[in-house]
Amino acid sequence: MRSGKLHLTPEILRVFYRAADRLADLVALGADDEMWDEPALRRQIDEILALSCAAEPAAASPASPDDSGDAAADGDLLAQFTPTALDFSFVPPGQEAAAFRRHRITFAPTAELFANGHEPVHLFRELAALGELNVEAQLDAAAAWDADAPAIVWTLTLDTAQTRTEIQEIFEFAEPFAEIRIEEDGHDPAGTESGTSGSDALAPERAPAPGAMADIASNDPVPIDMQPLSTGPAGPARGTEQVDAPQGAADRAQPDKAVKTGSRATVRVDLELVDALINMVGELVITQSVMNQSIVEAGLASDRRMASTLEEFRTLTRQIQEGVMAIRAQSVKPLFQRMGRIVRETAQIAEKNVRFVTEGEDTEVDRTVIERLVDPLTHILRNAIDHGLEHAERRRAAGKDPTGTVTLSAAHRSGRVVIEVKDDGGGVDRDKVLASAIAKGLVPANANLSPAEIDRLLFTPGFSTASKVTNLSGRGVGMDVVNNEIRSLGGRVAIISEPGQGTTISISLPLTLAVLDGMIVDVGGQTMVVPISAIVETIRPQPSQLHWIGPEARMISVRDLMIPVIDLAAVFDYAGGSGALEREGVLLLVENDRGEQRALAVDRIHDQRQVVIKSLESNYGHVPYVAAATILGDGQIALIVDLDEITQGTPALPTPPQARKSA
Amino acid sequence: MIHENDPARAGKHELITFSVGQQDFCMDIMLVREIRGWTNVTVLPHSPADVLGVMNLRGAVVPIVDLSARLGLGACRPEARNVIIIALIGRQTVGFLVTAVSDIVSAAPEDIQPLPQVGGTAAGNYVKGIIASRHQTLRVLNIDMLAAAITEESEVA
Repeated sequence: MRSGKLHLTPEILRVFYRAADRLADLVALGADDEMWDEPALRRQIDEILALSCAAEPAAASPASPDDSGDAAADGDLLAQFTPTALDFSFVPPGQEAAAFRRHRITFAPTAELFANGHEPVHLFRELAALGELNVEAQLDAAAAWDADAPAIVWTLTLDTAQTRTEIQEIFEFAEPFAEIRIEEDGHDPAGTESGTSGSDALAPERAPAPGAMADIASNDPVPIDMQPLSTGPAGPARGTEQVDAPQGAADRAQPDKAVKTGSRATVRVDLELVDALINMVGELVITQSVMNQSIVEAGLASDRRMASTLEEFRTLTRQIQEGVMAIRAQSVKPLFQRMGRIVRETAQIAEKNVRFVTEGEDTEVDRTVIERLVDPLTHILRNAIDHGLEHAERRRAAGKDPTGTVTLSAAHRSGRVVIEVKDDGGGVDRDKVLASAIAKGLVPANANLSPAEIDRLLFTPGFSTASKVTNLSGRGVGMDVVNNEIRSLGGRVAIISEPGQGTTISISLPLTLAVLDGMIVDVGGQTMVVPISAIVETIRPQPSQLHWIGPEARMISVRDLMIPVIDLAAVFDYAGGSGALEREGVLLLVENDRGEQRALAVDRIHDQRQVVIKSLESNYGHVPYVAAATILGDGQIALIVDLDEITQGTPALPTPPQARKSA
Repeated sequence: MIHENDPARAGKHELITFSVGQQDFCMDIMLVREIRGWTNVTVLPHSPADVLGVMNLRGAVVPIVDLSARLGLGACRPEARNVIIIALIGRQTVGFLVTAVSDIVSAAPEDIQPLPQVGGTAAGNYVKGIIASRHQTLRVLNIDMLAAAITEESEVA
């Protein structure tokens, strides 16, 4: 298959995934020293053999997992493939992977290893803890002794029940500084040197398949090269990646992700330490700006040396902050791979053919964000497949490819991360949605909603389009939960639907949860922060641009577009008072995620800077129209305006439990 | 008398006493993180009258409650000589504005007399007992109740 001779069909894929699951189970069972379900395994192996034999009758070394349930059906299908000898020299380790196996490890340290404070003895001790260890030192080179160049090469033989991963973990820190070669002896403890020529080339791809494909094939030892270790769970599944989606099974079969960085040395650090560091850097940034401000106030900033030192300090602080933030950033690749699995499972249950495409896997996002995206994304993807995509017949009738496409993409866009789930299904059935919303009393029966507003109804609490409860959706967790989860991450969800063309759900997230670019403004005597990402432009309005609509509402005409004006001081009920516009105030033109524009009236714009977000919720609670707080250069707290809440019209203020302060 | 400063051995609590308005109160000293002078706070919009605002405590955003107003003793006009007691209640850090901090006393549980039910005044709700001595009457604050009330209100608001 990898050589392109066997074309990938959804059936084969499914079979492969089932096989990969089986492998994962086997490994787990083996680790627990339990017996596996022999007949089931045997059956699956037979199925696999059936498939690969069908695919390559000429090839003598068949070893590709498959499933007989489909094998019969596959037979026809596979007969179409050119029966060329496939260089498929698949040499899986024996089934005994889970049981005791002999590993032969060659360990040739370099000078750096010792320079970095590593000591082979400790490594060997750890290895010895895994099983029976035999250490031999090759002293040939040691004759020409040079204190700075270690010459001893050790050969270790280890009998252990542990998987290769465990052994690799021990060498993880030593790995960049030493030549390490681990060979597994499989059935045949004698034939170690072989490292067959063909399998050498394939080794990286096939590596992490402990207990793979069982006892089908040869006894050859499998040399494993530590460096280019891949994450594929098994050769075949790996192959699918190029053709189709990244495989989610990788995560299961190959827990040790760290190794995949190859020759780059990595350090594992407790997450709490990183978080503490981030907090401290946040403090540093604040202190730096406090210092900056007091120096300016003391009139010392005019001193040229002082000014340049200050500037340098500022740059450094910023760099430290960015560096620390980068520590937490992770690529979305593992997340996407996990989603690939969910898509396949969902597609199978929903009985739909789905092509899963991922884009921008290398996009980096804060770790916390990634973790908290799993549930919402799962939900969105399931929805896209279950509700979004039509069944094959309907797709054919509509003149579309019977296989639906779901695209998951990530990209950086103007300081935010945008993650999109796009399907090419039928789009939102607006009539049905509206009818359902009216039936549930979410909107009045005579409501006249725009298409976008109807789409938005999907996110309303208590709304579920599923006319029947399926395995996949309709379990009471609606899109409103997704919406809430994303919003709690400081992100927004938007939905764009084109009838007959499909639906795009896009999630826009801040790069990190800790920092925000904000505009510092003065509102009725209080300092506040408006997130810059939402600001379209700032306007100093001419009286002729402003129009009163009734006694309360005011609009501003910007390039012939009428935009409602919101007086922030009035929203926050500040004593400094509303009427910023009467005091030659400034308007901030902001846009919310629905593309609606509002003009926020403020008294003055102070500055524009990055602020560290501090939660109000942890010690107090939610404050209406306020997203969070931050600490300004003078040590004072400023509140960050929640634009979503403000632009969403004026939600009714709850009646206060007691007299409000007239502050 | 030897054990007076060793509350653990005497089974006693140490309590910090402070005055709010004209009355003396006390609370468990273990809850108190620090005591600091009044600094300007940032007003929270739409907050209850006794929540003065939030202040920056070494990077944390801490709400400041006017204890006098909360206890129904009338709003305290914040001045430089007033004191804020920063208390850690559960996982929540809250600052209480009081008129002055006076002393640390130790008291055994039996020294605390339960408060007779005298009707549901604000102060009555937040005082769980009284320590009476020759020179003064100390009202023991029910801090948990106070903290819960603050969170609750902020959620309603």
